[in-house]
Amino acid sequence: MAADRPNPVTPQLLAGFGAAVLFAAVVPHLVSDFTSFQFTQAMAYGIALLGLNILTGYNGQFSIGHSAFYAVGAYTAAILLYHFEWNHYATLPVAALVAFAVGFLFGLPALRLEGLYLALATFAFAVATPQLLKFDAFEHWTGGVQGLFVPKPEPLIEGLSADQSLYYVTLAVMVLLMIVAWCLLHSRSGRAIMAIRDNPIAASTMGINTALYKTTTFGISAMYTGIAGALSVFVTEFVAPDAFNFFLAVNLLVGSVVGGIVSIPGVIFGGLFLVFVPNFAQDISRAYPFVPPPWAIFGIFLILAIYFVPFGVWGAVERGFAWWKRKSAAGR
Amino acid sequence: MDLFLQLTLAGLAIGSIYSCVALAVVMIYQATDHFNFAQGEMAMFSTYVAWTLVGLGAPVWLAFLLAVGISFLAGVVIERVIVKPVENAPVLNQIIVFIGLLVIFNAVAGWIWEFTIKPFPSLFPEDLGFKSTLIGPHHLGVIALTLGVLALVFAFFRFTRVGLAMRAAAANPDSARMVGVSVGWMLALGWGLAASIGAVGGILVAPIVYLEPNMMAGVLLYGFAGALLGGVSSPGGAVLGGLVVGVLENWVGQYVPGGSELKLTFALILIVGVLVFKPAGLFGRVVVRRV
Repeated sequence: MAADRPNPVTPQLLAGFGAAVLFAAVVPHLVSDFTSFQFTQAMAYGIALLGLNILTGYNGQFSIGHSAFYAVGAYTAAILLYHFEWNHYATLPVAALVAFAVGFLFGLPALRLEGLYLALATFAFAVATPQLLKFDAFEHWTGGVQGLFVPKPEPLIEGLSADQSLYYVTLAVMVLLMIVAWCLLHSRSGRAIMAIRDNPIAASTMGINTALYKTTTFGISAMYTGIAGALSVFVTEFVAPDAFNFFLAVNLLVGSVVGGIVSIPGVIFGGLFLVFVPNFAQDISRAYPFVPPPWAIFGIFLILAIYFVPFGVWGAVERGFAWWKRKSAAGR
Repeated sequence: MDLFLQLTLAGLAIGSIYSCVALAVVMIYQATDHFNFAQGEMAMFSTYVAWTLVGLGAPVWLAFLLAVGISFLAGVVIERVIVKPVENAPVLNQIIVFIGLLVIFNAVAGWIWEFTIKPFPSLFPEDLGFKSTLIGPHHLGVIALTLGVLALVFAFFRFTRVGLAMRAAAANPDSARMVGVSVGWMLALGWGLAASIGAVGGILVAPIVYLEPNMMAGVLLYGFAGALLGGVSSPGGAVLGGLVVGVLENWVGQYVPGGSELKLTFALILIVGVLVFKPAGLFGRVVVRRV
C-alpha cells in the first residue's frame, strides 16, 4: 500500500530546502552583528512555534500556556550555566529532556481535557508561571525577581563573532528540529497524530492509542519549546520571571497563526514577525501619539489575521503554489 | 478563632467577586460553549470607565450604574461586531479572537490610563453605624451587593420573557429559532449581561487590589476556578464555586506555608484538579458524548 503513496521527498522540496538553508548560511556575512542577533532570536522563536504547531496545528490540542515550557527550558539552561558552570551547548539536551518531562506530565491531566478545557488549564499554567519562578523557596536557584545573568557562548570557530557563531548554532538546531518534525509528521505516527486531531473517536476505533499519542505529542511540543527557551537564554544572556508571563504565550500563539499553524516552514515567518513587527509597531506608536500602543496593534492584527487568513503566511504560499500548478496544468 | 472567622468572612467577600466573574464566564459558556478569556480585561476596562466618571465629579454610585450600563452596551457591540464573524469557526479561531480582545483591552487601558496603580473609592460608607472586628464595611457591602445582583440575575432568567428566550436560545438554538426567538440577539444580550456582571465584579474588587490594567488576571483565574468547581453548566454552582474558592484562597494563604506567595499556583492546581477528578464540577451536568 505504501507504494501507492507518492514519495513525499520530491526533488523540488529538496531543492527548495537546500536553497533556503544555503541562503540562511550566508546571511550573517551580509548583515550587521545586531541584525544577526535579531535573526537568531527569530529562529529561537521559530523553534518554539514549531512545538506549538505540532501540538495545536497537527494534533489539535490547544495550548495558550507555552510560555511556561519556554520558561522551563530557559531556567534549566540558566541554572546549569549559572550554578554549575556547564558548557552552553551541553545544557540544550538537558533543557530538552526537562521540558519534555514537564510537558508529558502536564499532558497526563490534559488527556481528559478537550479543546477549551485544555486551553483553560494551559492558560492557568501560563498565568501562574512568573509567580512560581519568583517563589522564595526556589530563590537560591532561580534568582527570584532579579533572575539570573549568564554569559554569551564563546564563538565556536575562530574568525566568527559571538553573535555569528550563535546564529549558526541556532540555525543548525532549527534545521535539525525541522527535519525531525517533518519526518515525524510524515510517518505512521504522524498520521496517527493528525487522525486524532481530525476525529479522535474514529482514531481510537482504528486502534490508535490516543492517550499515549496525545501525552507524547504534548511532551515533544514542550521539548521543542524548551529548547527554544534555552537558546533564547544564550541570546539574551539573562532570565527573569516576568519575561515568561502570559503575554509571551500570546506572542507564541500569534507567531503560530501568522506563519500558518498547520505548517513547518511557516514558523520562520512567525519568528521573524515576532522579532521585527513589535519593534516596528513601537516605532509607529512612538512617532504618532494617536496610534494605539504596540500590543493593541498586535491584538488587532491577531483578530484580522484569523478573520481573513486563518491559514497563515505559509498556508497562503501553499495555496498560491497549488493555484499556479492548476493553472499551468490547464494551460498545457 | 477570631482570625479564622476574619479570614473566612474576607474570603466570602472576595469570593463573591469571583462569583460575579464566574457567573459572567458561565453565562457566555452556556450560550456559546466558550470561555471568554477577555472577561477579566473587559471588567477591568469597565472599572476604568467608572474611575473616569468619578474623576469627572460623578457620585460613586452613579458612576457605578453608568459603567455597568456602558459595559452592557459594549458587550452587545463586541458580540455583534467582533465575535459574530467567527461564530461557526473552529474553536481555535474563537479562542484566538478572545485572546486578541484580551490583549487589546489591556493595551488600550494602559495607553489611556497608564500603568500606574490608582486607588479606587469604595461604594460603601466607612461608617455603617456599627463596628465589627470581624469584617470591614467594604467587604460586608461587597457580599450584600453581589448577593443582590445574583438575585436580580436569577429573577431575570426565571421570571421574564426575555430571560426565558435567552435560556431557550442557549439550550436549543434551532428549536428556539423555530418559535421565533432571535438567537443571534440573545447571544449579544448574553454578552452584554456578562459584561455588566463582570463590571460589577471589577468595580467591587478595585478598592481591594487597586486599579491597574493587570488587576484582573488573578481574579479571572479564580473566577474560572470557581466556575469549574461549581460546574460550568450551572450558574448557581458557579456562584457557590466562586465563594468556596475565595474562602479557600484565604485559608491557604494563611495556613499553608508559602501559600500567600503562590496564590495563582493554587488556582492552577484547583483548576487542573477539578478538571481531572470531576470535570463536570460539583453541580454541573455530566455530558455524554455520542459518536
